[in-house]
Amino acid sequence: MSRQRSQRLAVALITAVAVLVFVPVIAIIGYLIVSGIGALNWEFLTAMPRNGMKEGGIMPAIVGTLILTMGTALVSMPVSLLAAIYLAEYARDNRLTRTIRMAIVNLAGIPSIVYGLFGLGAFVLAAGFGTSIIAGSLTLGIMTMPVVISTAEEAINSVPQQFRTVSLSLGASKWQTIRHQVLPHALPGILTGMILGLSRAAGETAPILFTVAAFYVPTLPSSIFDQTMALPYHLYVISTQVPGMPLTIQYGTALVLLLITLTLTLLATGVRTTMRRRRDW
Amino acid sequence: MTTAPTTPPDSRSRRRGEAAIELLIWLAGVSAIAIVALIFFFLLREGINTFLDIPLRQLFGVRWYPIEDQFGLMPLLVGTFLVTIGAVVIAVPLGVVAAIYLGEIAPLWLREILKPLIEILAGIPSIVLGFLGWVALAPIIQNLGAPTGLTAFTGSLLLAYMSLPTIISISEDALYAVPKEYRDGSLAIGATQWQTIWRVVLPAARSGLVIAVMLGIGRVIGETMAVLMVTGNAANIPNFGLSMFFSPVRTMTATIAAEMGEVAQGSLHYSVLFGIGLILFLITFTVNWLATRLVGVEGARRQRGGRL
Repeated sequence: MSRQRSQRLAVALITAVAVLVFVPVIAIIGYLIVSGIGALNWEFLTAMPRNGMKEGGIMPAIVGTLILTMGTALVSMPVSLLAAIYLAEYARDNRLTRTIRMAIVNLAGIPSIVYGLFGLGAFVLAAGFGTSIIAGSLTLGIMTMPVVISTAEEAINSVPQQFRTVSLSLGASKWQTIRHQVLPHALPGILTGMILGLSRAAGETAPILFTVAAFYVPTLPSSIFDQTMALPYHLYVISTQVPGMPLTIQYGTALVLLLITLTLTLLATGVRTTMRRRRDW
Repeated sequence: MTTAPTTPPDSRSRRRGEAAIELLIWLAGVSAIAIVALIFFFLLREGINTFLDIPLRQLFGVRWYPIEDQFGLMPLLVGTFLVTIGAVVIAVPLGVVAAIYLGEIAPLWLREILKPLIEILAGIPSIVLGFLGWVALAPIIQNLGAPTGLTAFTGSLLLAYMSLPTIISISEDALYAVPKEYRDGSLAIGATQWQTIWRVVLPAARSGLVIAVMLGIGRVIGETMAVLMVTGNAANIPNFGLSMFFSPVRTMTATIAAEMGEVAQGSLHYSVLFGIGLILFLITFTVNWLATRLVGVEGARRQRGGRL
């Protein structure tokens, strides 16, 4: 086989594999939209489920997912941001820092179901919160920390060193420099990481299985110590646990969940792209 | 640029405030270590009875019948192993070749379209993919001639696509890190683009590609909901042979998810589920530790967290 022929053959094969990778992604999204769009209407989004969840809407699951996402943000964002500042601005290259980085890499790799077990042991039982919004938010919040810390640290590191030097030379303290010079410029990158983390949290099922998710509750939660329904678990329940569930409701629920997580993902990439275009250094 | 700080530089309360903030920052940094330790502690606390109360021979036995107090983990280990091997065999070639396509072959405009697609794939919740596997993919697989559509292979296929974003983005970084001079030198002495990729770029990116595969495996082993829905939930060991992949199995993660809701707290069954969690924790810990050893912690961090 001549060199040119093997070159052409290789490129053709590589392209074919790329098609195999990317076309199913488009197909999955398209299939879900086509199959689920029929179920979406005002009642589906705003009504309580009726008749063993076979009729009515999925409002409590949507609300539950939004509450849990906010709870996750409250738990994860402050700690993650501070940890990122520590790693980017304060940490020296020593054993402690290496151990922290090692810990973060490992946190990122822990299976989500193991976070669920941890949440059950630590927050539901040991802390006595019971299956509750606070236990679920703490679990999801801790799970999202590695993603948020890593992206925030990268954003802080990408602020040019001269900005710090100038600020310090004008007499500003280290914290003032971070607060007024570094963080404002790193903000879009930090936001990107936070939104990506939340999009992951919103779609997770395993960490909320034993910490907060309710099979069915007829009312909205009234305190952070209540259980709540949530979209990912609801989708699991209606597709595998309830016989005779109409397919349109299942597809509709899957589509609503997908739209929420994809909106967050696209928002994050949008923020990042705009940031890169606007960057003036 | 924002305005310069206006507080006088030598106010004492300001300095005290800053010290407090810097203490908080330090605490937040160290919290990562504390969290890993806490996770390990709680898994151990709730799961330790698994290893104290069940003889090892029985624990690694082949019968998983919790109702009869038979807690042999072998069927679950085999299930996880089959699903993982299947997913890796599908995902690694697809992922690495897709990264080659993105990095070396695709025109710039197409790359700008395809890269967001990878992030979209990474953003699809596993339960949604599991649902699609359950309602759409399983019937197709059954029509291909398997006795049931809910098999290890069905799970492998879903997990392969779930791990693609990890594998593609890390492989792409590894290819990108190969200096342009290597390619130029190879092309200048008359090699074709394919010869350059195969003989120069891939060998130079080898260690990064190994990491991509390892972290992909880490992702696959830990996945829960999709495998719970599509692998058939049969906690027994299929007969040895290629047909294993087309039999229903049950993974470690799926077992925890499926059974934790029904067990009495403090029972042996409850402990064993935590014990399985502990094993999973140790497996992923080892995979990540090895990956870190290979590229250094800085590399692993950048390759893993920053890009989802």
